This record gives sequence, C-alpha cells and structure tokens, in this order.
Amino acid sequence: MTTSMKVFRYAIPVPVIAALSGCEAVVLSPAGDIAERQKDLLLAATGLMLIIIIPVMALVVFFAWKYRADRKATYQPEWAHSTKIELVIWAAPLMIIICLGALTWVGTHLLDPYRPLDRISKTAEIPPDHQPLEVQVVALDWKWLFIYPEQGVAAINELAIPANREVEFRLTSSSVMNAFYIPAMAGMIYAMPGMETKLHGVFNNPGSYQGLASHYSGWGFSGMRFKAHAVDEAGFQDWVADARAKGGDLTREEYLKLEVPSQNESPRTYASVDPELFNRAVNLCVEPGKMCMAEMMAIDDKGGLGLEGSINIQSLTHDKHARRGNTEPVLGVTPFAVSSICTPGDIALMLTDTDEKPERRSNPERMHGHALPVPTGVFGRMSSPAIRDASRSALPEPKL
Amino acid sequence: MAIPDNVETTFLLGRLNWDAIPREPIVLATFAVVLLGGLAMLALLTRYRLWGWLWREWFTSVDHKKIGIMYMVLGLVMFVRGFADAIMMRLQQVMAFNGSEGYLNAHHYDQIFTAHGVIMIFFVAMPFVTGLMNYIVPLQIGARDVSFPFLNNFSFWMTTGGAVIVMASLFLGEFAQTGWLAFPPLSGLSYSPWVGVDYYIWGLQVAGVGTTLSGINLLVTILKMRAPGMTMMRMPVFTWTSFCTNILIVASFPVLTATLVLLTLDRYLGTNFFTNDLGGNPMMYINLIWIWGHPEVYILILPLFGVYSEVTSTFSGKKLFGYTSMVYATICITVLSYLVWLHHFFTMGSGASVNSFFGITTMIISIPTGAKIFNWLFTMYQGRLRFELPMMWTIAFMLTFVVGGMTGVLLAVPPADFVLHNSLFLVAHFHNVIIGGVLFGIFAAINFWWPKAFGYKLDVFWGKVSFWFWVVGFWVAFMPLYILGLMGVTRRMRVFDDPGLQIWFAIAGFGAVLIALGIAAMFVQFGVSIMRRDQNRDLTGDPWDARSLEWATSSPPAPYNFAFTPVIHGLDAWAEMKAQNAARPDAPYLPIHMPKGTGAGVILAALSTICGLALVWYIWWLAALSFAALVVAAIAHTFNYDRDYHIPVDDIRRTEDDRARLLAQGA
Repeated sequence: MTTSMKVFRYAIPVPVIAALSGCEAVVLSPAGDIAERQKDLLLAATGLMLIIIIPVMALVVFFAWKYRADRKATYQPEWAHSTKIELVIWAAPLMIIICLGALTWVGTHLLDPYRPLDRISKTAEIPPDHQPLEVQVVALDWKWLFIYPEQGVAAINELAIPANREVEFRLTSSSVMNAFYIPAMAGMIYAMPGMETKLHGVFNNPGSYQGLASHYSGWGFSGMRFKAHAVDEAGFQDWVADARAKGGDLTREEYLKLEVPSQNESPRTYASVDPELFNRAVNLCVEPGKMCMAEMMAIDDKGGLGLEGSINIQSLTHDKHARRGNTEPVLGVTPFAVSSICTPGDIALMLTDTDEKPERRSNPERMHGHALPVPTGVFGRMSSPAIRDASRSALPEPKL
Repeated sequence: MAIPDNVETTFLLGRLNWDAIPREPIVLATFAVVLLGGLAMLALLTRYRLWGWLWREWFTSVDHKKIGIMYMVLGLVMFVRGFADAIMMRLQQVMAFNGSEGYLNAHHYDQIFTAHGVIMIFFVAMPFVTGLMNYIVPLQIGARDVSFPFLNNFSFWMTTGGAVIVMASLFLGEFAQTGWLAFPPLSGLSYSPWVGVDYYIWGLQVAGVGTTLSGINLLVTILKMRAPGMTMMRMPVFTWTSFCTNILIVASFPVLTATLVLLTLDRYLGTNFFTNDLGGNPMMYINLIWIWGHPEVYILILPLFGVYSEVTSTFSGKKLFGYTSMVYATICITVLSYLVWLHHFFTMGSGASVNSFFGITTMIISIPTGAKIFNWLFTMYQGRLRFELPMMWTIAFMLTFVVGGMTGVLLAVPPADFVLHNSLFLVAHFHNVIIGGVLFGIFAAINFWWPKAFGYKLDVFWGKVSFWFWVVGFWVAFMPLYILGLMGVTRRMRVFDDPGLQIWFAIAGFGAVLIALGIAAMFVQFGVSIMRRDQNRDLTGDPWDARSLEWATSSPPAPYNFAFTPVIHGLDAWAEMKAQNAARPDAPYLPIHMPKGTGAGVILAALSTICGLALVWYIWWLAALSFAALVVAAIAHTFNYDRDYHIPVDDIRRTEDDRARLLAQGA
C-alpha cells in the first residue's frame, strides 16, 4: 500500500502544476478585467479549501501507513468518541466556509453580469464620459449574430470590440437555449428565446480570442465558434467602416433567411440592420403577422382577451410547429389564425428601448381587436369554415 | 442524417416503419453483435434447460437478496453499455481535430452523450445503489425481507423495463439528442420532432415508477421492520444513509415524474408549459428538473457514504468514530440537498442575491461532508488497518473524493462558475465525485459483501489489477478534463479547431483505455472467483471480522435470513455478540412465515414497457390495449391469495444444523 500512496501523492499535483504553468489555460490568464477577477476568486477559493484538503489528504496517507495491521502501532478498538475532535472537525470546515461564503457574497455581487462595470482594469477607473458599447447578441441555429445598434452594423460569427471600453451585451436566442462564452473576457451567460439576458465585460489586452456556444443547442452546436477581436478604438472604427462598405442589409426578411438552421458559417458582416430587429427577436415577432410578446403582455396587463383570445393562437405562435422538423402535436388541436391586434404604432412603441410605457387606455374594459369582429371558435360560437380559411390565408405560410 | 422528414403514421404501426432502423454501420455492427450474443445466450439457456430455474428462482422471486443481486446484474450490464458510449466519445474527441469530423456524425454523437448520461445515472448508479440497499438493509436490521416483497420484485422489473426502452432506441429509431436532462425548448416537439425524446420520457417514466416504489418500500422497511432493540440510534450507518436516501427518493422522484409529464403534454397534446410560445417557460423545466436532480446526486452518494463507514470501521478493527455526528451529518446533507438546486444554472442570470444564496447553501453542504471524511479518518486512527480490497477502494475514495469535493465547492462560487460552467472542468468534477465517490463505493461494496451473497471471497489478485487500472485510469482520464476546462473548452463538443487541445484529449482517451482494462479485470475477477470458489469459501459467515448484523448469519444467508429474530442491545450488534461470545440460538425452531414468489411483477412491468414503446411510436391501439391489460392484470393480481407459505421446522433445522457443522469445520 505504501507504493500506492506515493502514486497518489504525485499523481495529483503534477498535472495541476502543468496546467497552471501553461499559458494556454485561458481561464487562468484572461484578457479582461472581469475574467481576471473571476480567476482571482477562483484561486482564492482554491487556496482557502486547500487549507483543509491538504491536511486531510496527508492524514489519510499518514494514518493508512501508520496504522497498518503489521506495524502494530497503538490500537484502541473501543475509542470512538472525542468531543474535542468533533468540535474541531465541524468547526474547521465551518470557519473556511464562513470565509468563503463572505468572499462569495461580495464577489457574486461585484461580478454580477448584469452590473455595469465599476472599473476598466485594475489600474484604470471608468472615465467620466464613458459610454459602454452596446452589442446585441442573437444565438441562431447554429451561428452567432452580433448587432451593433449605435454603429448600425451587424456581423455573423465575428465580434470586434474596442479594448478598454466597457461592452454591454444584450442577449437572446431565436430558437433554443444557448450560452454565450468568451473565456478570456467575462464568463458566460445563457441566451434564451423570448427573453433577454445581459453581460457586461471589457477586454484589456488587444488580441483575438475564442468565443463559443457553451450550452448544447443541437447538431450544429460545435461549429458555433467565433473570434472576438479586441482592437484599439481606431481599429474598431476601421472594422465598422469596413462592415458598412462591404456587407448587405440585415432586414427582417434577411434575418428570417439567416435564422434557418445552418452549420459552420464563416464570419461576415452586414452594412445595415433593421433597428427593431433585436427587440423583435426577443419578442418572437420578426415574422410578419406574429404578435409580439410585448403586445401579448400589454394585452394581458389589461385583463387579457379571455377565452375569445384563444382563437388568436396562430399569431402568438413563433416556432411551436415545424421549426426544425415536422409536426404538430399528434393529439393536439390544429391551431387557427387571426392577425395581430395592436396598431403598428403601438407595436413600434412597445419595441422601443425607452422605458416609456404605452399609454394606458382610458377604457379599462377588455380589449377587442382593432380589425376584427368578436373572435369565435371552439370555445365560443363555432366560426364558419369560410371565415377560418379566410383568416388563415391572410397569414404568410409558416416557414420551415 | 437519419431523421425521416415526413413520417407517415399508420394505424397498425404508428410512425414505425423501415426507416426507423438505423443504417449507420457502427449501429448495425453493434446490432449484429448484440443479436448474436443474445441468441447465443438464449441458446445456452435453452440447452442447459435453465429457463424454468431462472423464472422460478430469480425472475419471480420476492426474496430481497435475489432482487438485490438482479439489480446489481442490471447495473453491470448497463454499465458496459454506458462505458461503450464513453469510450466512443473519447475516441471521437481525439479524432475530430484539424478539420476532421471524427467518425461520428452529429446525430449519432449527440445521442451518445445523452445516452451515456442517462444510462450511467438511471440505469447504472441507481440499480447499483438500490440493489445494495435491497440486499443489505433487511439483513442489517434483522428482518426477514422488505415490507412489501411483491412491490420489490415489481420495482425491479419496472427499472428493467425502463432500461429495455432506452436500449431499444439503439436499434429502432433514435435516442434523444438533448443532453441527459432534456432541457426544453430543445426537447420540445419543434426541435426534437422524432422519437428520441419520447424514448427518453417513457424510459424514465417506467423506471421512475420502480424507483419511487422501491424508495417507499425500503423506507417503510427501515421504519417498521427493525429487530427488537434496534432503536434509530442503534441502526448501522449504512442503514441510516439508506434511510435518508429513500427519504430523498420518495420526496424527489415525484418531481421528476411530474416534470416529465408536463414535457409529455407539450409533446403529445400541444400544451405550452415549456415552449417558447404562448406563455411557456423553459426556465421552469430547468428549475423543476434540478429540484429533482440535485437530491438525486445525494441519493447516489449517501448509501456509499454508508458503505465507506462500514468498510472503514471493519477493516480498522474499530468502532466507527463519531457515530452520532455521522448520523447528523447525513441528516444535514439530506435536508440541505433540497436547498441548492439553482447552483446548476447560476449562468441563467438569476441575479446576484439569488446566486449567492444558492452558492453559500451549496458550500454549507461541504461541512457535514467534511465531517464525514474526518470521521472516517479518525476511525482509522489507532486502528489495525487491513488493506483488503474494500479498504483499498475506500482509501482511493477518500483521496479522490476530496479533490472532487473541492472542485465542487469551486463551482459553487458563482463568479468562478461563470467561467467554468458547462466546461470540461465541470465534467471532470462530477465524474470525480461520481466515479470517485459512487463507483469506488460500489466496488468496495461488491468486494465487501460478495462473500455474504455467494459464500466465497472474490479473487484478490484480479481485484488489485482492477483497482490499479481503475484508480490510475480515472486520474489519467479526468485530470486532462480539468485542465481543458481551465483552457476554456466546453462540454458536448463534437469537433475542435484548436490543435493544441488534441494532446489532452489523447491523454484522457488513454485514461479511458486504462479504465476499460480495469473493467475487464473486474469481470475476470468475477470469473476467476466463481471458478475457484471452493478455495475461497467463507464458512463462518463473517470473513472480514465485521461488526453489523448481516455477518451474524450464514453466507449466503438462508431464505429466511435469521432463524431467530435477533435482539439488539447496542450499536455494532454483531461485534457485541462476538465480544460476549453469545451462543448461536438453536432451538426451539418455529415455522417461518415467508412471502411467495409471483410472476405478476414481470407481467405488469412487461405490459408497462410495451405501453411505453407503443406511446413512443404513436401506436395508439397497442398503447390502449397494453394499458388496459396492465389495469386488468393488476386487479387480477389482487385476487391471488396464494402469496405466502411457511418454511417447516424440519427444513429450518436442517439448514441450521448444516451451518453449525460448517462453523465447527471452520473453527
């Protein structure tokens, strides 16, 4: 058994040291302040735990050697309790966890991905007139779309960011859950359909860094990689100018084509972007005729449409059927259709970034559709097939 | 790839047709091998006329010992399948560099990593743990059997039925390509339109019935069937940890069942619990599944903590240090395991306060766990350590598990988790605790209790070969994954573009080969031990000089376990009896009332399995028919009044006299 112990003793630290010394371990040698502080916390936590782990491992090995039957060391078969030892073995981990817990509480709040940065780097404060760069991220099947709303450009599988400038990512997904991860910058955050998440980060060292999808999202998942280029301000302006000169226009129609599953897309840029695009993606209403979630929520906020509203189901449906394959649920009801309810003006207002809310209607009664008679259907009076067919044909064909 | 675009459904076969048979050469070859192996086995069984024996003595048996062994066999068989998946993944990840796509397409690879997780947790670790508890607990508490012997048999066959459904997906259709927890919306109908997720759902639902019922059964057994004098605080630690595990099973598996029901409704009836549309919320599924999922990892590890306690005190020749604090540590872990689920998705963006709450509760779990490690440590202190195989596994566990525990606490620090979540560091962490904790414990337990179950010890040489290949193989296979995680490499990737990573995957692959040799050595160990069983006979029933009650009876125990219900006066009942030189009671024998075997469990589980498969393939008439038959068969079973018998005194006397002779021979 002694040989076994030796193997253990050496087997554990050697690869760890090898890893720590390798500069490829990007998590341990990141390029951005947030990731740097995440790494610091990682190492601090490791250190704190090693205070207890190392003695335990050493004691296991030592006791295993010392009390081997053939060594005939002290033998006390009845000894099974010691209040002092019990106190120590509960208190010691407790102390460590109290320290670690405090570290965790503070660290979690300081490094919350939703929190705007409190500094650019260890040495640089945030300049007073600092404006974070906003990048809108949409996880598509299976590529990343980056939209630069201020610059009005967009890119697929390529991200350019001025170094030492705070970046505010707003993320969503067009289809399934995903996670956006640039190991060198600021950790990862999920991108989820119909929802928006946020991540704040900064690159301090210029360079090209690997970015990837870190939450399995289907067949093309492995190919959802991109390079994140941290460049200086001039380089960023060049990149934007280049994108404006070269790319096409990312309209809603173009987005719908882009959204169709594809794998291993090479990086490319768009010269212009529909300014509503990201908000429409979050609200699952890029397709014409779909009701935006903001609209749905506004209606629900006013009391909803009641049972009559259930007839409006097709316009609430983003991808329920026929997205990557076939099918409607085998035992379910076939959905039937009505178009959107609010005026285009209302929708535009709901999709704006301002905190301004659409004005409340003075009449708090349940809303009825602007363009429609009182909806009817399975839950109300039976609608005639003619009406149903007419309303369905008014909608674009669901795309595959 | 292999998913048919538009599947015509027919009345007779639903969406099952020729296209459902996979055409990939790897699958076809596997199919051929399984088919030939299966046919050979069937032929052998027929040749040696073993069918009747299998049916009477094993399949329909309600004896907790036989059911326990069958659970272990199920676990071993599925372990081979799960490991085959693992080695295929390792090979793919070694190959898929420098523009190579590897040898597995996405459709196949994604099924493999999903199946690996599902099988290893539900059909390897769970059967192993349930099997152990089934075998050991009634013996440790001096009971004749579990509280509900028929239910026990039924539970086993339901678990097997689930395994059959999952295995069927290999040769008919596809398995889920979603990851082992099938997160929606990916697992919804829009993104997983074919049968994969349905196989997942029905496989787990059928097996889940078995797990829940077996949890109830063992819980009641421990509460109600303890021998006179065995108060709660005199229960052996393994029984304690089993008790807490079964509380967790009973309290958390219904959550899994309900969650999967909601997913089923989404997929079959078009409801919107977890869809993107119409107010559905996938985050709800993720919360629900982890509310089951985190207790689940403690369901797996707690019984093994019990095993390590038994092994350490036995092979240290000492009482367990700090029994009381060990019990309270177990209870602490049981309660806390419900308060930590969110640490599986800090990166979902729940906000700093929520994240730190769950991070800190997670860290708190490490306190009772740490106390347990110290208790084992001080059990060794001033002991007489015998390094038999179970003890070797236990030492390996202690040294391995603390590392896994440490990386686990690291992942519980939310900012650290933001860089390590979904990375190979995470993969290395949970393999570190599941292999280093659960599997090593299973191996310790197999080596420890094999003589009890079969009457002879396992071969030491091959056991050591297996041990060293396993332990070294584990470190070689998973250390590179820790390192890759720190290099920002995430899980479930099929191809890579950075050639610098390849060497690490090669090392990990080599480790997997070492583990494969360890597994092979383990099977050789079983084979050699069975062949040389006469040399390694255990005549005493107590080959390790152990301490708890199961060692008081013969190896293997008689069907009735104990001729006389033992009376317990303290902790470590058997050690006390030995210390006091208590005489074996030998008269007057009374007839022993025993439960009788029945085929109802097999039949009910087979019908459930057929129903599950029919639902997977939309064969409605068969689903309805098998469900109706299930109900009828269940009701019919209640009219079976021929469920018990008495072992006559003569038989008992003969058995006990044989044992007395053996004991005299041994002495």
